[in-house]
Amino acid sequence: MTSETDVLSEAAAWRKSGKGVALATVVTTWGSSPRPVGSQLAVDDKGKFVGSVSGGCIEGAVIKEALEAIADGKSRLLDFGVSNEQAWEVGLACGGKVQVYVEKLG
Amino acid sequence: MKSATLDKLQEARAAKRPVALATNLRSGQQLLIYADGTEGDLCLDMDMVVAAGEALKTDEHLRFATPAGEVFVQVFNPPPRLLVVGAVHITEPLARMGALAGYGVTVIDPRRGFAESQKFEGFAVMGDWPDEAMATLKPDSRTAVVTLTHDPKLDDPALAAALRSKAFYIGALGSRKTHAARLGRLKEAGFSEPELQRIHGPVGLDIGALSPAEIAVSIVAQITQVRRGDS
Repeated sequence: MTSETDVLSEAAAWRKSGKGVALATVVTTWGSSPRPVGSQLAVDDKGKFVGSVSGGCIEGAVIKEALEAIADGKSRLLDFGVSNEQAWEVGLACGGKVQVYVEKLG
Repeated sequence: MKSATLDKLQEARAAKRPVALATNLRSGQQLLIYADGTEGDLCLDMDMVVAAGEALKTDEHLRFATPAGEVFVQVFNPPPRLLVVGAVHITEPLARMGALAGYGVTVIDPRRGFAESQKFEGFAVMGDWPDEAMATLKPDSRTAVVTLTHDPKLDDPALAAALRSKAFYIGALGSRKTHAARLGRLKEAGFSEPELQRIHGPVGLDIGALSPAEIAVSIVAQITQVRRGDS
């Protein structure tokens, strides 16, 4: 037994129950970022989510993009970092940069 | 991600079969990469498939550029394992903390009544003798082995099996004196000095731990240091 949240299994279960689901995955990090590459966040069509891609700093923005991905079916590659205006708004206070890939689960 | 890809991915994970998922971040096309084959609509050069296969062994995600766009390879290995020999007072907090840190925990104790305790509900428990349990569980480079019984009949065979394996961490509970005697016995059994240096004993980081939970913290911290640290 392990206690780590299995984001992918949660996402697969949501999908099986007929919900629209998007999966966000950290694909690159630079500097000090709160969650390592491979960290995942699953979002359903109501905005309910499980997992994390940043420990809280950018989750809101990722969930917004995930809902759009569920609606239009398109994958997106998102950049967050100190040099990024959007990131300034959402506040990746740790000063790191992360790149997050968001895809709809078919 | 196509539903067929998600299903196959979940199938492999349920079967504890190592698998990597390669995604073209531009096109969204994906390829599942197993130790012995691939499946999916993303075309990759053979050397990239080989590199992804290597990533399964090192447990590290990969990213590389191709003419068709950046490709991200995410490794989905079964959880690393923590095999604990001895269902004693330290075992429960160690099993819990090991599980929290992401390990698949197995508790081994052949003594009647020890491992059957309700404290270990939810964990894999084996009532086999440690050498038999080790032969079944086959520790590998993603396995940590910790002995906690103080009883040479139980600890020594487990440590011998661990030393013959590629276990990334081997730890043995016991005072310096107990540990010196243990090393003496294993040396007589034919293990060399460098081999015996793989055993962390007394087990755990030296943080002055006293209670079972504190000792468990020191052990999980040491396992983490060995697995993630630079040295």
